[in-house]
Amino acid sequence: MSTHMKHNTVEVTNTMSGINLKFAYYPGCSLSGTAVEYGMSTKALCNLLEIELEEIPDWICCGATPAHAIRTLFPIALGARNLALAAKLKMPILTVCAACFNRLKFAAHELKHNSAVREKISQLPELLDGCKVEQLGDINVLHLLSVLHDIYGVERIKGMVKHSLSGLKVACYYGCLLVRPPKVMQFDDPENPQLMDRLIEAIGAETVDWAYKVECCGASLALSRSELVAERVHLILSDAKARGAQVICVACPLCHVNLDVYQVDADAKAGQKHDMPIVYFTQLIALALGASVGEVGLNKHMINPIPVLSAVLKVTG
Amino acid sequence: MSDVVKLTDMRLKEFTAEVERRSGQRISQCYQCGKCSSGCPMAFAMDIDPARIMRLIQLGLRDDVLKSNTIWICAACQTCTTRCPQEVEIAHVMDTLRIMALEAGYTDSERETVEALSQFVENIERRGRVFEPELALRLNIALGRPFKDFGRGLQLFARGKLPMLPEKIKGLKELRSIWEKVKKLERVEGERHVNAHETQHS
Repeated sequence: MSTHMKHNTVEVTNTMSGINLKFAYYPGCSLSGTAVEYGMSTKALCNLLEIELEEIPDWICCGATPAHAIRTLFPIALGARNLALAAKLKMPILTVCAACFNRLKFAAHELKHNSAVREKISQLPELLDGCKVEQLGDINVLHLLSVLHDIYGVERIKGMVKHSLSGLKVACYYGCLLVRPPKVMQFDDPENPQLMDRLIEAIGAETVDWAYKVECCGASLALSRSELVAERVHLILSDAKARGAQVICVACPLCHVNLDVYQVDADAKAGQKHDMPIVYFTQLIALALGASVGEVGLNKHMINPIPVLSAVLKVTG
Repeated sequence: MSDVVKLTDMRLKEFTAEVERRSGQRISQCYQCGKCSSGCPMAFAMDIDPARIMRLIQLGLRDDVLKSNTIWICAACQTCTTRCPQEVEIAHVMDTLRIMALEAGYTDSERETVEALSQFVENIERRGRVFEPELALRLNIALGRPFKDFGRGLQLFARGKLPMLPEKIKGLKELRSIWEKVKKLERVEGERHVNAHETQHS
């Protein structure tokens, strides 16, 4: 059965091998820099799941937190540009970066519900590259986590596991931007989300119940006030450890940088080694589905996750 | 903070009205439950906690609010906005306050963070996509600490996480002239969400 729908809905085609999904892919800036392994593992995972990703040509930065922190219209203009570029591909947008997901959804939300913003953006036709401003608010922006959970399905992923992560204890860290503000994001329970936990359990691992899954890591303050980030990171890592987690699983490049790259600062601040590997959910799922350590960039972290992962998984180089 | 506040001074109300208008948020609805402050992950580093900032806005104490480090230490995590029982989007009010502080030239309370946010936006405007190594270097030079995080940079480079060249995109020149128009549109109204969040109470 093949169902064709409008560009703002997901086109689901059931094939002999299972399910075929295709998206307009928005990688975001970090995925070619500090989060290069997030991009690698996303591609590896989508290959394994036969999810087709067509990168949006000439996409620009989503603005992340700094753009809306000090500017009014600029962050919406960035989002409008990206939505317009994606509209040409006539597919829903897929992103893995929590900040990109948040900002694209926010722009679409504002363009749909805020007539003053819509009116201003309509004064910039060259920004929209032939697209109508009224179109933009209806473009569907999805995060890979919800695609896997809601469309692909936990059971289907369970059935594809080649190397179970049985025996591994994982703290799933959602951070801020996936879940907040819930009115815009509409992504799981904003105080106690479960979606990533269900997926990590589907590949055999055990998830821990902990207090910091939606607590902020300090975000872009790492650029200017890394000592404050170190304070936050210490609290997050300590709680994960106290609950028995061996790794923290994330879905945001900035969370990853703060928890992994700045972990040494948290160690210095707290006078103790936290020694907590931080991995992306795409890495864990791709590994379980048969990807190699190299394909998912597992060797690119500051805190090496390979020892704890190889103990439960016969991973190949 | 001012010792005596004359609540009959109508000039104070101008600030309250301006913040409400520019943020599109009804700050007068805040009844000081303190939920925003107790859930704020960065409150430990703020000189005035978020609930007190809301109260100071209600009282019209412009300089106390705009000169606080609070507005810059806010990490925009949206926890306060999510939990506010009066549906005040407090994190968005912080956006408005930062912009008003920049307009007033009040940046002394948190110079490093002001510079970091400005450099980040400048990088997007100039390149279309953030080029992380350049952003870090420019920021460190601007803050007079060129070698900060040098060792960290080398470790990232060794792991293939610091690209040497920025990614090129089409239409960058045109985009830059669009950004100038965006700035003009921002200046004309000086407001963001005039009818903000039409859906909020629907």
